[in-house]
Amino acid sequence: MTRALVNVPKTAKRGEIIEIRAMIQHVMETGYREGPNGVTLPRNIIKRFVCKYGAEEIFSAELFPAIAANPYMAFSTVATESGTLTFEWTDDKGATQSASAEITVT
Amino acid sequence: MTRLVLLGLLACASIGVAAEIPPQDRRSGFEFMSPQTQAMQSEETSNPGMLWVADGERLWSEPQAPAGKSCASCHAEATKSMGGVAARYPAFDEETKRPIDLMGRINQCRAKRQGAASLTYQSDELLALTAYVANQSHGMPITPPADSRLEPFRENGRAWFERRLGQLQLSCAACHDDRWGARLGGSVIPQGHPTGYPLYRLEWQNMGSLQRRLRGCLVGVRAQPFDFGAPEYVDIELFLMERARGLTMETPAVRP
Ligand code: HEC
Ligand code: HEC
Repeated sequence: MTRALVNVPKTAKRGEIIEIRAMIQHVMETGYREGPNGVTLPRNIIKRFVCKYGAEEIFSAELFPAIAANPYMAFSTVATESGTLTFEWTDDKGATQSASAEITVT
Repeated sequence: MTRLVLLGLLACASIGVAAEIPPQDRRSGFEFMSPQTQAMQSEETSNPGMLWVADGERLWSEPQAPAGKSCASCHAEATKSMGGVAARYPAFDEETKRPIDLMGRINQCRAKRQGAASLTYQSDELLALTAYVANQSHGMPITPPADSRLEPFRENGRAWFERRLGQLQLSCAACHDDRWGARLGGSVIPQGHPTGYPLYRLEWQNMGSLQRRLRGCLVGVRAQPFDFGAPEYVDIELFLMERARGLTMETPAVRP
């Protein structure tokens, strides 16, 4: 039931700097906390985040256990051409969640 | 001035009734937050509560076995049918002859009209559906209904609000009417208005219901909290909503 929200401007002028935001629903369980029964909760975090603009990787991040739940990322890039931005989050178990957004560059 | 205030406080303490906050001084918990947390709430793209709202939107039109009906089958578009609903809850429930909160009503529709299993107050699904429904009242003023059948329950809620509770023997009013704006440990005591529920609390790292928040305050005064879904919470909420009349709905709010 994981949700991701991404925000990319629908249109931009070529060469314009655009801000991109991405947020995903995730517990980011550190692996250091105890559950109600005193047993340590297994670590379960998003390890890696990647954003591609067309085929090109424009942003990536390694995430660590100290990062808050539902991690939010904001970064910027230069609008080069109309196309698709894809977002991919990979967790400890290797499962990935993705999202995408279109941009029209004039 | 100080002396007057002190005398006032003493007088209140001796008769056990705190001074109510005059309507023009009533302020949402939003006003007591840091600019960063305020920005996190105000920007839809950075408000984690929007993840639950988005999920609620999906659940709204998801058919449930065995009836095969979704919320949308009966209520069509939530943007039209649910506008302002959260701003006038809790409401009187004909079936149980007592007030019901929004989460309870949604659960009732699920169980009775969709024939699906009820959801717990802490489940992501119920939080998501409630956040989605309440988000349709975002920006609207809180307007408790003029329904005289609610009165005795609201008065019971008020009594709980003014009663000294727990090992610390503090009433809700002692903090939220008398000491709002003061610091308690690391946090500022807000006035305790239920304007933004369900909301995302940074301390929880999660979305939570008003009942979860109230449990926190009860545990804070070392009182035994009521169970989730207990009628006392609904009575307290009725009183809190009346006390917050006219303030703006903020669901999904963000709180420290
Ligand atoms: C089979 C039809 C049906 C389905 C399915 C259904 N409801 Fe309802 N719902 C009703 C009826 C009928 C009422 C009562 C309307 C009234 O009292 O004005 C109601 C009332 C409500 C109310 C209170 C509205 C108010 O103005 O007080 C809410 C909120 C609500 N439903 C949410 C939901 C949600 C969320 C779902 C899906 C989980 C859902 N309902 C599924 C028929 C349905
Ligand atoms: C010892 C002081 C104290 C008492 C007593 C207390 N609270 Fe609170 N309450 C707080 C503080 C502090 C916060 C804010 C917590 C934070 O931001 O970390 C709060 C938050 C709240 C909120 C959330 C407001 C918002 O903006 O979301 C509500 C509602 C609330 N309290 C209601 C109550 C009720 C009802 C009672 C009695 C059952 C009560 N409180 C008792 C200190 C208290």
